[in-house]
Parts: sequence; C-alpha cells; structure tokens
Amino acid sequence: MDNLVAAIKKEAVSATLPDGSPVETITASRAERLAEEFGLSLRRVEIKILENGVVPRRYLRNLKTFSLSDQARLLESKAAVIGLGGLGGMVAETLARLGVGQLVLVDGDRFEEHNLNRQLLALHSNLGRPKAGEAARRIRRINSAVEVEVHGHFFGPETAGTALEGARVVVDCLDAIDTRFLLEKAAKDCGLPLISAAVAGFSGHVTTVFPSDEGLRSIYGPPDSLSANRGAETSLGCLAPAVSLLGCLEATEVCKVLLGKTGNLRNKLLLVDLNDYTFQVLDLA
Amino acid sequence: MDDFIHIDLKLFATLADKTPPEADRFPVPRGSTVGQVLEKLGMTPETAKLIFVNGVRQPLDYRLHDGDRVGIFPPIGGG
Repeated sequence: MDNLVAAIKKEAVSATLPDGSPVETITASRAERLAEEFGLSLRRVEIKILENGVVPRRYLRNLKTFSLSDQARLLESKAAVIGLGGLGGMVAETLARLGVGQLVLVDGDRFEEHNLNRQLLALHSNLGRPKAGEAARRIRRINSAVEVEVHGHFFGPETAGTALEGARVVVDCLDAIDTRFLLEKAAKDCGLPLISAAVAGFSGHVTTVFPSDEGLRSIYGPPDSLSANRGAETSLGCLAPAVSLLGCLEATEVCKVLLGKTGNLRNKLLLVDLNDYTFQVLDLA
Repeated sequence: MDDFIHIDLKLFATLADKTPPEADRFPVPRGSTVGQVLEKLGMTPETAKLIFVNGVRQPLDYRLHDGDRVGIFPPIGGG
C-alpha cells in the first residue's frame, strides 16, 4: 500500500479550481493503470487517491460541495435502485456521476416504445432489451469506477434479501403502489433507509423513510385501504420533466442520507406540481 | 357572512378539475371539516388520500379555520 501511495503522489498533477484554489488531481487513465499495476479495483484505487488528498478528475466539479472525505464515503457506499424506468434510470445515471461506488440495479422489464417519452435509458436502438443490463452498460460508460450488480428480475419479497444485501440505502423507483409497500417493508426489515418518489402527469412527490418511521402509510393510508395498485398516473400519464426531476431529487436524498447531511426529507414530503410550479415541503409526522 | 370562513384550496393531479371558482378564497361554513368540504366538491376519501393544511398533514375530521391553506393530493404511483 505504501507503494501505491507513493505512486499516487507521483502521478498527481497540480491544478486550480474555478475559484482559484489549488488542487492535486489524477486522470482516469492513470488511476486505471494504478488499479492494474496494484491488482485493485478502480473504485478502491480512487478511494485511496482521495484519502491521500488527491482528486480523481471526474469528481473535480463535485468540490467543494463535497469534501474529499465525502467523495470517498460515496465511493465506499452501496445503493440499491429498485425499478429502472423513468425514475430509476435518472437515479442510476445521477448516482454514477456523483460517484456512489456500488449500485445494485433491479428490474425484470425490457424497454418498450411507450417508455421513450420519459425514460432516460430508453432508446430506439435498445427496445426489447432488458432495462437492468442497459442501465449497467450506460453506467460503465459514465463512470468505470462504479461497481454494478445487475438483478434482471422484478422486485419481490422472495428476492428482496439478495437485492438489498450490503446496501446502505434503498431507492424506490417502482411504478405500482402495492409493490412500494413491499419494498418499504423489505427495507425496514433490513434496517435500511428508503427514498421513495412517485409521479403522475406533471406532478409528483418524494420522501425519505427510516425504519422506525410511519413512512408510506402517511402518504397513501394503510395499504389495504387502496382501491387500486396504480394512482392518478393511469389517467395523467408520466411526463419526462416531472419524472426526471423527481429522480434527481431522489438522487439528492441518497447523497444526503449517505453523507449524513442535514435538511433531508425524513418525515417530510416534497410535493412538486409543474402545472403552476408549486414546490412545497410538508410535515408528515 | 359571519357564518362562513374562507380557505385557500389547491387540488392536485386528477383532482384539479374539481377545483371550484375562486379556490384561493373558497367559502365554507364555519366549523366545517376537511371531509365535509371534500364531500361537497364530489371527492371521496379514497381519491383524496393526502390532506395537508398549512403544510402539515391532517386527517379528514380536521376542523378548518379562516385563512387555512388546504392541499389535497390523490394517490399517485407512477415512475
């Protein structure tokens, strides 16, 4: 490891942040070479680089909102993204760019033409292909340090244990209300925080549920009181700006939870209505 | 008119088309509950799951006050 630290120092290049402050950086190709040379994963090498006061260049514009230790902590973390449609595609993409080091991607669905209106990862060229595999391909092209686990099946209680194993946070990107309750139960059983968002038309909401919180019941009522598994989206559809925005808000919550930042949405619900640009934070507890 | 109070009512998503005229100064009989207002506007508790008054979640039997800001959201689950 001492040799690795020496190699990192040797490869580091001095640069300047836009605010004029100095920073030591290292390029992805040099980091990749170090990973190969020392027989470590690129993610491990990037963590080591950050621990030694040097910044992999792909994270330069995360500074100084993130400190070097924040960035290292994100790289150490594993997030499980459940559902890879409009919300999940945006969440996976954004977490990879932020540098969350391990992503579990769960979806048994394949891309269809009616996904093209909103789902970041849906392309004409990949219609019919599995969403989880396509998401993994995309992430590898964005950030090669991110380690991806692909679960190409639909989320269910029987597979929840494997999907959530080792995760530090779970992101609900599902599209049916009853399955959201199943996921909330699984996250609570594993003692994990859950970030949950839902969309209908131009509106949506997002919240963060810790295991001891009332959670989704405070939004939907008890699960057995629901007349249907789907909500207002059956008549309003799901529009790209709302679903992308809500996905980005979920990714923001992932950061806050992983880094222990204040100002998160625990026991709160951020309501968004793009029809009249309502943004309102409600108290749920 | 002393027997009426005014609330600022916002109905979200599929409920929006039930928005009454002058919803930001909607008159309701003094002592009304949120549930009574929903009923008057033709909404069932099943379609009006999430009720918040002045930014705080409230139950159907919440008794309204003059100037209350009331928001009602139906269940949504899309992604």
